[in-house]
Amino acid sequence: MTGPLAVLAERFPELEFGTVHGDHVVRVERERLAEVTAAAREAGFEMFVDLCAVDYLRRPEGRFEVVVNLVSIEEPQRIRILSALPGSDPTAPSITGVYPGANFYEREAYDLFGIEFEGHPDLTRILLPDDWVGHPLRKDTPVGSVPVQFKHPDEDTT
Amino acid sequence: MSNPPDVVTGDTEAPDVTERSEAVDRPSESERERRRVHSVWVTGTEAPVDSGDFTSEGAQEMLADEAGAVLAAQRGTLVSDDYLVDVDASEDETQIINMGPQHPSTHGVLRLQLELDGETIRRVKPIIGYLHTGMERTAEVLTFMQGPTNVTRMDYLSPFHNELCFSLAVERLLGIDVPPRASAIRVLMTELNRVASHLLWFATQGMDIGALSMMIYGWREREAVLAFFEAVTGLRMNHNYIRPGGVAADLPDGWEDDVSGILEQIPKGLADYEDLLTANPVFLERTQGVGVITPAECLAYGVTGPVARASGVDYDVRKAFPYSGIEQYEFDVPLGRHGDVYDRYLVRLGETRQALRIVRQVLETMPPGDYRSEDRKVTPPPRARIDQSMEALIHHFKLFTEGFKVPAGETYQAVESARGELGMYLVSNGGAKPWRLHVRGPSFANLQAVPAMLTDSLIADLVSALASVDPVMGDVDR
Repeated sequence: MTGPLAVLAERFPELEFGTVHGDHVVRVERERLAEVTAAAREAGFEMFVDLCAVDYLRRPEGRFEVVVNLVSIEEPQRIRILSALPGSDPTAPSITGVYPGANFYEREAYDLFGIEFEGHPDLTRILLPDDWVGHPLRKDTPVGSVPVQFKHPDEDTT
Repeated sequence: MSNPPDVVTGDTEAPDVTERSEAVDRPSESERERRRVHSVWVTGTEAPVDSGDFTSEGAQEMLADEAGAVLAAQRGTLVSDDYLVDVDASEDETQIINMGPQHPSTHGVLRLQLELDGETIRRVKPIIGYLHTGMERTAEVLTFMQGPTNVTRMDYLSPFHNELCFSLAVERLLGIDVPPRASAIRVLMTELNRVASHLLWFATQGMDIGALSMMIYGWREREAVLAFFEAVTGLRMNHNYIRPGGVAADLPDGWEDDVSGILEQIPKGLADYEDLLTANPVFLERTQGVGVITPAECLAYGVTGPVARASGVDYDVRKAFPYSGIEQYEFDVPLGRHGDVYDRYLVRLGETRQALRIVRQVLETMPPGDYRSEDRKVTPPPRARIDQSMEALIHHFKLFTEGFKVPAGETYQAVESARGELGMYLVSNGGAKPWRLHVRGPSFANLQAVPAMLTDSLIADLVSALASVDPVMGDVDR
């Protein structure tokens, strides 16, 4: 390992840095997500790229997973920081304090998966209407379970 | 008429239009930011680098020197969440105005909530989701084979990039390589797609600020590229042409002539646009110093593509993380230094020429061979084989009924679309359908930076700045 990745690995010797299909990944406990992300930024991963959630439904180490993708531009490297969350309490610390760009992405994960990001300045729905009930990308939401809104022209009151 | 140095030929004799007159008034902060960012045109040969003001080292290195300042700026006032419009807390003198979602200049169904103090924008809040159709969930019910039909509809102005990104992600999980000809065809199509997308941007940007002839000219040149797409794929958009394992069909007979025609026609069109716009006083007035975003803000918000490069952030996925053998072609990455609408125009102009440069190299070096992988577990057999071989028939049947299985795992694959880094995070559980597909649309992140561009600017600049970001709402809302 070289560059920012090596700096980060040196800073956290207790974390396991691995490679999956050529991508550098590190798994952290959710309490440390913001801390490790901030350290990654100081180590040289200056650009925030992506944050998303995955629902693994019946995975023993935690139903949900928050995935943060960062890039170092100077020495082209990517790192993926993954953090598992239990299905009973899907909360994670917000990283908007480290990267303001995470704002929309955390709102999206909240909207579609119901993951609460503690410390987010404005955790509201972003893609779905504000009065929507449920989180449609969760695996326990069946596809096609939402009735399509439809009104026959004859029933139009005007 | 002055022209910017020709990026393709490295011709730097023409005067540098990016030398601004003193009349253009910009805040001192962006002035300082500007000096931290290096030269405009990376010609590869004679970059006009002024060692006094600009250093030849990367913008990132300079940012690192001022890391403390950048950090403080991002946590402090430079990047904050106070653009969020709180109707109750607004002052009496300001008024809240909704622009969109049906406004013609919002490029689709985007709604901007504006807090105005007279003509000045105090705060902006983009409100999205009007085009949300749950495509990430749809991806989970389609097989990996059907996947490209879904993702190609996301960023409908650069459909090939969507297909390529998805196919590359699937191929990485499968662990298969595609033949060199398939990769070359992919590069050809995606770079032509970049040309088509930027041509449309010239058209709409021109129209949005009143240059109505640009609208016609941009569409006219783009038509040549779309006609070629139709000849190759059968469709003008939503092609479903790049698929896991290769491409759907080989290039048609006579494709070399078509591409040569495009290579002849588009540069002429670009020269026309330059005559129309590059030194046009009205265009300069509407674009220079408008919608400025600093490199630090680009990094913090995850802004990529031409918008970030116009600010001097030297990040191009094709250079940093090459894919499909694009590293074997010669091309440069044009950079701006002012981070305003005008530099985004110049950067897109340069990128269009660089894309044509890659297309020319692909045309000259197109390798012979298969256009898709011969792995029959992934790509269907040729039609003639089905009549002769039971195995081929079974493979064909299995592929088109249940699809192919992809080993469990997850991967993040990125390509440089016309708007920036298009990334897909693909999770497979070992079945024939993705367990999860997350799409990192470049427009989504770029749109997030619009408040930073527009705060305390005039409302007349809003349309110009918003158009310069080139948001595609299909990509934002998915």
